[in-house]
Amino acid sequence: MINRSLEWFGDLGTFSWKVVRAAITRPFELREIIRQFDEIGSKSFPLVALAGGAIGTVLALESRSSLVRFGAKSMLPAAIVYSIIHEMGPIVTGLVVAGRVGAGIGAELGSMKVTEQIDAIEASAINPYKLLVFTRVLACFVVLPLLTLVTDFCGVFAGWVAVALSDPISLHRFLDKGFSGASFSDFLAPTFRTCAFGLIIGLVACFQGMRTKGGTEGVGRSATSSVVLSSLFVILADVILVKMILILFP
Amino acid sequence: MKNTVAEASLVCDQTDRVPGEKVLVLRDVNKSFGAQNVLDGINLTVIRGETLTVLGRSGTGKSVLLKLIIGLENMDSGSICIQGQEIAGLDLNEMNRLRIKMGFLFQNAALYDSLTVEQNVAFPMERHMKMPASERSARVKELLSSVGMENDLKKMPSDISGGMQKRVGLARALALQPEILLLDEPTAGLDPITSGEIDDLVLKLQKDHALTSIVVTHDLQSAKTIANRVALLDKGKVVMEGSFKELAESDDEFVREFFKRDS
Repeated sequence: MINRSLEWFGDLGTFSWKVVRAAITRPFELREIIRQFDEIGSKSFPLVALAGGAIGTVLALESRSSLVRFGAKSMLPAAIVYSIIHEMGPIVTGLVVAGRVGAGIGAELGSMKVTEQIDAIEASAINPYKLLVFTRVLACFVVLPLLTLVTDFCGVFAGWVAVALSDPISLHRFLDKGFSGASFSDFLAPTFRTCAFGLIIGLVACFQGMRTKGGTEGVGRSATSSVVLSSLFVILADVILVKMILILFP
Repeated sequence: MKNTVAEASLVCDQTDRVPGEKVLVLRDVNKSFGAQNVLDGINLTVIRGETLTVLGRSGTGKSVLLKLIIGLENMDSGSICIQGQEIAGLDLNEMNRLRIKMGFLFQNAALYDSLTVEQNVAFPMERHMKMPASERSARVKELLSSVGMENDLKKMPSDISGGMQKRVGLARALALQPEILLLDEPTAGLDPITSGEIDDLVLKLQKDHALTSIVVTHDLQSAKTIANRVALLDKGKVVMEGSFKELAESDDEFVREFFKRDS
């Protein structure tokens, strides 16, 4: 078990090195990069918006009763905004994208692998690490912070709606109270840590897809393992990055 | 003693570099997957313009042989010289320069399932041939016309039959105007009439493009039609090499057994 894990990490390291080497050589596959931005970014938009709305609403409903109990109801906007921007927005976006995009990449590359389409790309003197992997990893890396902004926005807005339904408050006042005392770094570091989530999701899903064996059953296994492993590593990375951010931006 | 891959560059000798002579030379090529020794000391030479057909039972390493030649798999030891250049130890860019000179038809065609027939053939050209889009489009149509697929440009691979997929695969293999054509089971899984059509197509392409070809198959009728020379593989070794007639008349027990079904 330990040997297999070490072997997996070793193979992932070799794979990542090949991707880095492919990334710095021409051609840069701009058309494919744009296609992946659309595939990974635009098509994840509705899902993360919905997830953001849902966590904003739930946070508002759950936090309200607790804060009322401690006589701190006026802290509700700040509690919602801080929770969403600091933790809920980034991690929910990471997990939602790991589910949608991780499964998609794992299944797509896995299917291409077992039907020899990746070999055909290589036989045509085209580097599959550049065409298939680098483009997807780059798209995940860039798109994750943007999607996090969508989650944050929808979360805060839904939180305001949920609060306003029970205690009428204008959006302006809600935001004013929510962001009072917040600095730019409160917002910047949590949002940009999702770049690391994007890197993890892209690399792990492409790696699992490209090493698929065993026909359609293998494709299913790759899709599942892409989601499970990328979600797991996103959570682990979150723990490490939160600690690092607390040290670097006290 | 067998040559290691590191020593292989010493093996590609001067006679392999004579222009117009040996296009492909395999010397003592070995390949194993785990404990299974798939290719065990393969020696083969292919002369410019000839078609070498590699015959053998399923699982004797015929497809692996083609994948070693185009660099999709690495050999364990031995030497493969393509147009006088040893492929062991080549970096990716050098290998890709050689790959451009080779066209590969995969056993199941391996068409890109998200692209149309036309886009499949244009795919390698877009990346390696600098030409206006109109010229590329005309060349794609010409290639597809040469394999009888000119009316199916906009179809997806999933919408065409296995035989048609092979034809498109063949057109894609010819897209970069290769000098060497590697065909992996071009007639496998096809009915006898479609197989015959594919054989005729391969013959026509060889005649029109003066290609050097290696065709892996276990279809004796196909080998008889398209081969100048035949190599019979068994248990990772070349059992016999010669014309189809020579092999068909051989006294070797395995060769006779293999050719018995053709008689």
